[in-house]
Amino acid sequence: MPDTPTDRGIPSGADEETNAAPGQLSRRDFLTAVGVAAAGFLAGCTPEFREKYLQKHFLELSPQEVEARLARLRDDYAKRFGQEVSVSALPAQPGVLYGYALDLSRCIGCRRCVYACVRENNQSRSPQIQWIRVLEMEKEKGIDFETANPYYNPERVPDPEHFYVPVACQQCRTPQCTMVCPVGATWQEPDGIVVVDYDWCIGCRYCMAACPYGARHFNWGEPELPVAEFNPNLHILGNRPRPQGVVEKCTFCVQRARVGRYPACVEICPVGARKFGNLLDPESEITRIIREKRVFVLKAELKTEPKFYYFYGI
Amino acid sequence: MSEVRPSHPPNDPGHGDHMETLESEFSIARSNALIPLLVISAVTVLAILAVIVRAKPVAPPEGVAADKAFGPADFPVVFAKEEALVGLDGGGTDAATLIFPVPAPPFSEGIFPCMECHGSIPPNPERRTLEGMHTDIVLHHDEEHRWCLDCHDMNDRNQLRLASGALVPFTESYRLCGQCHGTQYRDWRSGIHGKRTGYWNGAKRYLLCVHCHNPHSPRFASLQPLPPPVRPQFLRPEDAVAVAASGEGSSGSAGKEGGHAGHAH
Repeated sequence: MPDTPTDRGIPSGADEETNAAPGQLSRRDFLTAVGVAAAGFLAGCTPEFREKYLQKHFLELSPQEVEARLARLRDDYAKRFGQEVSVSALPAQPGVLYGYALDLSRCIGCRRCVYACVRENNQSRSPQIQWIRVLEMEKEKGIDFETANPYYNPERVPDPEHFYVPVACQQCRTPQCTMVCPVGATWQEPDGIVVVDYDWCIGCRYCMAACPYGARHFNWGEPELPVAEFNPNLHILGNRPRPQGVVEKCTFCVQRARVGRYPACVEICPVGARKFGNLLDPESEITRIIREKRVFVLKAELKTEPKFYYFYGI
Repeated sequence: MSEVRPSHPPNDPGHGDHMETLESEFSIARSNALIPLLVISAVTVLAILAVIVRAKPVAPPEGVAADKAFGPADFPVVFAKEEALVGLDGGGTDAATLIFPVPAPPFSEGIFPCMECHGSIPPNPERRTLEGMHTDIVLHHDEEHRWCLDCHDMNDRNQLRLASGALVPFTESYRLCGQCHGTQYRDWRSGIHGKRTGYWNGAKRYLLCVHCHNPHSPRFASLQPLPPPVRPQFLRPEDAVAVAASGEGSSGSAGKEGGHAGHAH
């Protein structure tokens, strides 16, 4: 009887008791002890601890739990940065679908938008993370990613031989990044903004591989964010300080857009090349541009259907 | 059929033999061809390994090294002049006299009102090179056909003058510009041309044409670009430090001064 595999695989309790040497824990006792200890630990730890380390997905939180999380984040950031911090979880407004347009005939490649974005969205200064990348392309070749140069640095811009294509998250209508995420830590909000739950992201970087625009950025190191440059106007899915090991991306400045403000890159652009608004409003700037100008999207053949349009406004 | 049959049987065994010889001759496992093949593949693998091992680290392409990370704090001047929103209400709805909320026109220090000086100077309508006053103005705006009094009113220098003879204040200079640049005026009014700040769903602040375009030389002035992103090989701060210490990458200063790539003009 003891020779059959099933018997060896599942020994009876009696067998185990007899096998256990005197003074040794039987398997059953050990598992019971571990279970009791775990249950006791869970019961004994504070609700704050449980919220922090055993938290739920952001979309599964009840309104009370969202409030609790916001309060915890406010406390954490206030302690870390020594100032009043506002953390919002303002949801999407109904009847709003954000769209963006960029006038390539105006952009001079000055990179003001890049650094305004870094400051507004609390990106890591070291290792450096920038959500906007300005590509310099030759007028002779047109839009050509193979020969585009993001490291241009002449004394003055624009260079007469080149034009400039700033690229950030294209806020696709069919975002590949959200489809490959194995844990559902990134999704498209009802107003079209693709956001990341930094508490839920496991840092696998599948989304970075899936994104055809290089718009997602990974926190390889502990993000360095000087206290003096901290922007305390935060959104939980947007510009709040990120931990190491998570992916982040442009959110159309969700903390500004959802209260009606223009994103930081729009407000800093010295040539007014950047346009932002509601695609569902027939009188907004963005719908006028789509109606009256010839707009195009990057890599349209991929069917990602971006809500970020480029046009020549001349 | 009977004629065809005899021709086939002699062929069949021959055909079979041929296949056997083919197999024995060209079977790699049984032939001596295996040795040179192994030698060739081994040499290829060794060559690839040698290339990989001997390869130098990827050198930054020509142009800037981009080996130092800059942040917004390095450019306080650029970010200091973010203006607060000014009074955004007001403005008519009548399309003909639509007044847009704009900040004050960017006059030179102490130049306005013009009539403080011009009130006591008799107007001289003759086209001439200005001497004595306004010598800093270089007209580069269809200068062959245009002169001061095409836009400035001769008798009331505090105002501008449309082609129709109507006077408009400097705060509505877009109406003057729009006489020639109609498509830009149309786009500006609907928010396509020009910079907007404020609220995408509410009050916006417009800028006058002259806030971006010098009316006497309207091409948008070039700017110094902020430094490029740091290249991936210098992403770790200690790498950038090492490069700076070895003196190879002088781009720490190049980034601030604007670099040396492509400024032949």
